[in-house]
Amino acid sequence: MKRLAWAGPLLVAASLAVPISFAQVSFDRILNASKEPQNWLTYSGNLSGQRYSELAQITPANVNNLEMKWAFQARSTEKFETTPLVVDGKMYITQAPNDVIALDAATGRTFWVFNYTPSTDARPCCGRVNRGVAILGNTLFMATIDSHLIAIDAINGHPIWNVETGNAKAGYAMTLAPLVVKDKVIVGVAGGEYGIRGYIAAYDAKTGKEAWRFYTIPGPGEPGHETWSGDSWMHGGAPVWMTGAYDPDANLTYWGVGNPGPDFHGNDRGGDNLYSDCVVALDADTGKLKWYFQFTPHDVYDYDSVQVPVLADMEWRGRNRKIMLWANRNGFYYALDRTTGEFLNGKPFSTVTWAKGLDERGRPMRIAANNPASNAQKIYPGPLGATNWYSPSYSPRTGLFYIPAWDNTHADFQDAPADYKEGKNYMGGILRNYGAGIRANEVLDRKEEDGFGVVRAIDAKTGERKWEFKMADLTMSGVLTTASDLLFTGSREGYFSALDARDGKLLWKVSAGGDIAMGPMTYQVNGTQYVAFAAGGSLFAFALRP
Amino acid sequence: MRSILIVMMGGGLLLAQEHAGFSPGQDVEAGAQLFYADCSNCHGADGATVPGVDLGRNKFKTASTDEDLIRIIIKGVPGTGMPPSNLSRELASNIVAYLRSLVVPTVFNNGDAKRGHDLFTSKGCTNCHRVLGTGSRTGPDLTEIGSMRKPKELEQSILDPDAEVTPNNRTFKAVTRDGATITGRVINRDSFSFQVIDSKERLLILEKSDLKEFSFSDKSAMPSYDGKLQPAEVADLVTYLMSLKRMDSK
Repeated sequence: MKRLAWAGPLLVAASLAVPISFAQVSFDRILNASKEPQNWLTYSGNLSGQRYSELAQITPANVNNLEMKWAFQARSTEKFETTPLVVDGKMYITQAPNDVIALDAATGRTFWVFNYTPSTDARPCCGRVNRGVAILGNTLFMATIDSHLIAIDAINGHPIWNVETGNAKAGYAMTLAPLVVKDKVIVGVAGGEYGIRGYIAAYDAKTGKEAWRFYTIPGPGEPGHETWSGDSWMHGGAPVWMTGAYDPDANLTYWGVGNPGPDFHGNDRGGDNLYSDCVVALDADTGKLKWYFQFTPHDVYDYDSVQVPVLADMEWRGRNRKIMLWANRNGFYYALDRTTGEFLNGKPFSTVTWAKGLDERGRPMRIAANNPASNAQKIYPGPLGATNWYSPSYSPRTGLFYIPAWDNTHADFQDAPADYKEGKNYMGGILRNYGAGIRANEVLDRKEEDGFGVVRAIDAKTGERKWEFKMADLTMSGVLTTASDLLFTGSREGYFSALDARDGKLLWKVSAGGDIAMGPMTYQVNGTQYVAFAAGGSLFAFALRP
Repeated sequence: MRSILIVMMGGGLLLAQEHAGFSPGQDVEAGAQLFYADCSNCHGADGATVPGVDLGRNKFKTASTDEDLIRIIIKGVPGTGMPPSNLSRELASNIVAYLRSLVVPTVFNNGDAKRGHDLFTSKGCTNCHRVLGTGSRTGPDLTEIGSMRKPKELEQSILDPDAEVTPNNRTFKAVTRDGATITGRVINRDSFSFQVIDSKERLLILEKSDLKEFSFSDKSAMPSYDGKLQPAEVADLVTYLMSLKRMDSK
């Protein structure tokens, strides 16, 4: 900031000849990110969580001419789950677990690397991963696996402030990309398998001072506390490990909340266990709860509801409504009114056997026998879900909601009591997953229908399936759509594919040789549109042949 | 306990005095699940990874009785890499039951491995199967089969090959758009292609878009040896096959 102020006049003069470098990213720019589609200013591309871009240089007609422009190889053997940000030709990524790297977005060459070594106390359940940074002004924000939030100078890569948000030793970890709303940086915490008490917290972007904190498990005296029997609320999990969304008209920020703990043993935490497996709508200034909707009350299947909230405005049965679209790990697709939380529609998008459907308020009608306490066999979906954290996409052009889904995966659950011990797994049972995929087992020991990945396009209004794109293996890739009706997605088997967003027809593919486990994104530099994705430990940028 | 099965467990949470899942007593199948969940990370799938210990053959450093084993499973061995599991006695005894089941003497693993080897080479097995670099590659390579299958399963495969054909051993048949027919086994596949070893031992990649049709057969390509081998010969053959252990566990 200091340096920019000093160099101000020089930059203004230079801007007449070349695009402005290191421009300040005001919140107004983030709010209107869709109007500058050459950039990717927040995790999902815009605050609506749509992962939809107005860029249209790459089209169904020319997508066959994509070629690799550059690759960046991370010095990490962990999964590359980061969605890059791009600001005026500069790209910002994280390298697992917690390095931040600034690249030139046209060439992939490195400007700087900020190395951070997380505490050895860090114990993320499911990989020492990170999904990206947020930006405001010239400051980047990274949430770390030892539960710190760090502000980093976007120009020189030096740290500005570093605050601890939770106790890493007790299983509090952060893997998500933060969300900037106004002058605050909002994060959530993982640790649902360690008996944490989850929270969403906002920090002042300038100082790192905590502005508000919303505990996802209400404490004594707070509404909802009664949905936890005994002392179970103290270690009930309800983590928040994916980036939320924001609606400026309502000034609400929306976050998906994860599973209650112990995961599979529900008897000692009687009640609905609010706000586990909920979407919560919080006042962005105060963190006060405006409404919530619980997808899986009293979850015993590990159906985290941490999916990215997708906000869309559309005509809904004769009137314009502000909608929230949600494909949940529990196998159901939901449409909610995002101003009130009212349930509007819901139906399965994948095979579901734990419930027979949703009632008129969207509450699942459970099948009692299909419960871990009943030694449940072959429950669909398994605990890894019918989808998970992989970003979906919504195209306002097609009106279709695109879900990276798993189908025909199931598990046997066996319930067992659990004792809480700080920093130890707190899951309450055993499970066996079936159909976990080829890569997971490195053999071909299953039949084609025994669990597969699929992109399902559903009509956002009706939940009806319009088309699907099936894969041999499962998928952990997000979905990106563009204004040229292209859909980009990856797969665990290492293909990166372009489909026609209207009908799902495969238009182009490349074998990238590694698991694609992140949300693809697109940006433009010097008049060239790029599509970026990571496979294995490498980030690739593709653009059209000249 | 195929590799398709991923077994997870909740850390030390199996303090299951009132465990609702497993049936009480000496439950071999439950013990197998626990073995793969708890023990195989260090001991290996065949139990022979830790030097001086071969659980699959019930060779232990200090234990000899079931009680010894149950105690070690629950309390671990102080000063070694064997940690306490804190499992209930019931669950620990299931693991012991599973380990003991691996070495129950039967007619099928009490044969003579040398005679089994001679049968293997003289009865046509090597026309399809390969062991330590000798034999055909068109059928499954059996170099490490003793670490992958139990005697009962091998007996079944010899006498009734169609009873269970694992997905990766199904016979694959494809007809290309230009009319060529290819048979073999699919050794890998993805959304767009099959990677195949064909009947001439060629590695082929077949793009689905280039195929007019393709199908898998659940029938085994292997003929039944029921009635063609004497029971003692089957025992010799199984004993030989069971001696073929994983290279890194020998």
